[in-house]
Amino acid sequence: MENFENIIEVKNLVKKFGSFVANDNLTFNVKRGEIFGFLGANGAGKTTAIKILSGLSFPTSGDVNVAGFDVYREREKVKKNIGYMSQKFSLYEDLTVRENIRFYGGIYGLSSKYIKEKTESLLERLKMTDIQDSLIKSLPLGWKQKIAFSVALFHEPKIVFLDEPTGGVDPITRRDFWEMIYETSDSGITVFVTTHYMDEAEYCDRVSIMDKGRIEGLDTPGELKKQFDAQNMDEVFIKIAR
Amino acid sequence: MKKIKYILQKEFIQIFRNKTMLPLIFGVPIIQLVVLVHAATLEMKSIDMYVVDKDLSSLSHKMVSKFEGSPFYNVSGVSFSIKEANEAIEKNQADFILQIPYGFERDLMRENSAQVQLLIDGINGTAASLINAYSTSVITDFNRNIIVDLTKMPQVKDLNPIAIETSYWYNPELNYKIYMLPGILVILVTIVSMFLAAMNIVREKEIGTIEQLNVTPIKKFEFIAGKLVPFLIIALFELAFGLAIGKIFFHIPMVGSIPLLFGFTVVYLLVVLGIGLFISTISSTQQQVMFIAFFFMLVFILMSGIFTPTESMPMWAQKVNIINPFYYFMRVIRMILLKGSGFWDISYEFFSLLIYAVVMLSLSVWRYRKVA
Repeated sequence: MENFENIIEVKNLVKKFGSFVANDNLTFNVKRGEIFGFLGANGAGKTTAIKILSGLSFPTSGDVNVAGFDVYREREKVKKNIGYMSQKFSLYEDLTVRENIRFYGGIYGLSSKYIKEKTESLLERLKMTDIQDSLIKSLPLGWKQKIAFSVALFHEPKIVFLDEPTGGVDPITRRDFWEMIYETSDSGITVFVTTHYMDEAEYCDRVSIMDKGRIEGLDTPGELKKQFDAQNMDEVFIKIAR
Repeated sequence: MKKIKYILQKEFIQIFRNKTMLPLIFGVPIIQLVVLVHAATLEMKSIDMYVVDKDLSSLSHKMVSKFEGSPFYNVSGVSFSIKEANEAIEKNQADFILQIPYGFERDLMRENSAQVQLLIDGINGTAASLINAYSTSVITDFNRNIIVDLTKMPQVKDLNPIAIETSYWYNPELNYKIYMLPGILVILVTIVSMFLAAMNIVREKEIGTIEQLNVTPIKKFEFIAGKLVPFLIIALFELAFGLAIGKIFFHIPMVGSIPLLFGFTVVYLLVVLGIGLFISTISSTQQQVMFIAFFFMLVFILMSGIFTPTESMPMWAQKVNIINPFYYFMRVIRMILLKGSGFWDISYEFFSLLIYAVVMLSLSVWRYRKVA
C-alpha cells in the first residue's frame, strides 16, 4: 500500500452488463476512518459499485484496491477485512439472535471462546441480553438492522459497507443507527454507506453523488453545497440528477 | 474445517426448527412405503369377465364355473348378445369377454375339437397379456380334464410326458412387495436428498443470505460440504428407517451385507446431492428447482427399471440409463437385499457411480459462483 491515507482506491472502474454500462469510469478514494456517503438515484449504479468493492462482483475493467488488496487477485484477503450489510435483510429469520451471531462469527474462523465472550459484551451493549434467545423474525425491523450491523462488524473488519441500511425504518431508529455508525467510525473503522435520505448525507464526512453510472460530485457536504450553489443536500442532489 | 462445523450446526437447527420438516422426514416414508408397496402391484386379482354363452350346454357351464371357481375371476355379466358384452367393456365394467359359440359341446364330442373366443380390453397391454395368460391356463386345465372325462381312461393321468418343474430363486413366492419395496426406498431416499438440498440453497438465494455468506472468506468446498452433509445424514437415516419398516411390515429379506448397502448408498447420495446442488446453481427460485428436479426425477424413475426390466428397453434407452443414477441404485439395492450380492458383484455399479459423483460434484463446485 503506497498511500496509508486511502483505504479504498478506485481507478477507472467500469462495469458493463452486456451493452448497459452500470459503472462508467469511476475514480475515487476513501480515507481511512471516514464516513463515506455513496449517493445516487435508484439505478444509478450504487449497488453495483458496492458489490465490486466487497468482492461479490467482478469489475469489467479498472483498478480496485480495498484495504490494501486487489479485488481481482486477492479477493479472499479483501473479504477478511471487510464487513457487509446488504439492503436485502441478511440475518436468518429462523435462528435466534445468539445463533445468528455465533454462525457468522464461526464462518469468519473466529474461535468459539472468542465468539462467546464477544457475544456477551455485544448483547450487553445493544441492551439485547433479554432477547438473545428470541427468533429474529419476532423482532422489529429496527432491532434487526442493529443486529445485522453488529454482525457485519463482529470480526472487526477495517471497512464496513452498508447498502441502504436505514431503508424503511422510523426516524428515531434511524438516528440510533447513525449513532452506531459514529461509534464505529470513532473506533477507526471506515464506513462506506449508501442512502436515499439526504439528511443522512449531511452526517457523512464526504459524499459522492452518482447519476447514470458516473460520479457527478464528490466532496464534503459543505463544499458540495457551495459548488452547486444549494441550501441543502436535497438541492444538490436534484441539481445533479436533473 | 471448523467453519464446516458451524454451517452444519446452523443447518440442523434450521431443519429441526422447521415445522413441516419433521413430518416430511418421518411421515412421508411410512405413507409412501405402506401405501405404494401395496398399491403398485402387478398381480391381477378380481378380473371382471363377461360371459356370452350361446351354447348353454353342460360342458359350457362347466367351463364357466371353472372360471368362477378361481379367486382371480369375477363374473360381471352374462348375456347372449355380444353387443351388450361390448358395451360392458366400453363402460369398463368388464376386462374381457368369454364367448362360447353355439355348438361348442357338439363339436367337441363329434370332432374332438371346439373353439372359444377371448376378447380382451387391450388398453393396458400388461394387464391384457396377464389376463390372456391366466385365462389360457384355466382353459388348458379344463381341456386336460375333458380328455380324461371323455376318454374315461383314468389311468392316463399324466398327459404331459415332460414335466416342467419351475422354482423361482430369491423370491420363491413371487411376492411383488419384496420386489417393489427396495425400489420405492430408492425414490424416497433420492427425493429427500436431492430436493431438500437444492431447495435449501436456493432459499438462501431468495432471502438474500447467500450474499452475506459470499462476502465472507469461506471457501467453496466448505460451503458445499456444510450444505450437503446434513442431507446425506438425513437420507441415510431415511434408508435405515425405510428398511426397518420393510422388515417389520413386509418381512423383506435382507440377505446381503447391510454395511455394504449403506456404503453404496453414500456414493449414490453424492451423485444425487451433486445433481441437486447443480440444479440449485442454475436456478434462482424454488419454483425453478421444483420444475427442473421434477422433470429429471420423472424421466429417471420411469427409466430406472422400478416397474419394468431395463433389459427389455430399446438399446438407446439402455444407453441413456448410463447417466441415470436411479438405474444403478435400483439394481444394486435389490441385488444386495434379495440376492445377497457382494462387493465384487456390484463393483461395476459402484465404480460407475463413483466416477459420476466426482463429475457431478466438480461440475457444481465449478458452477457455484461466489462472485457474479
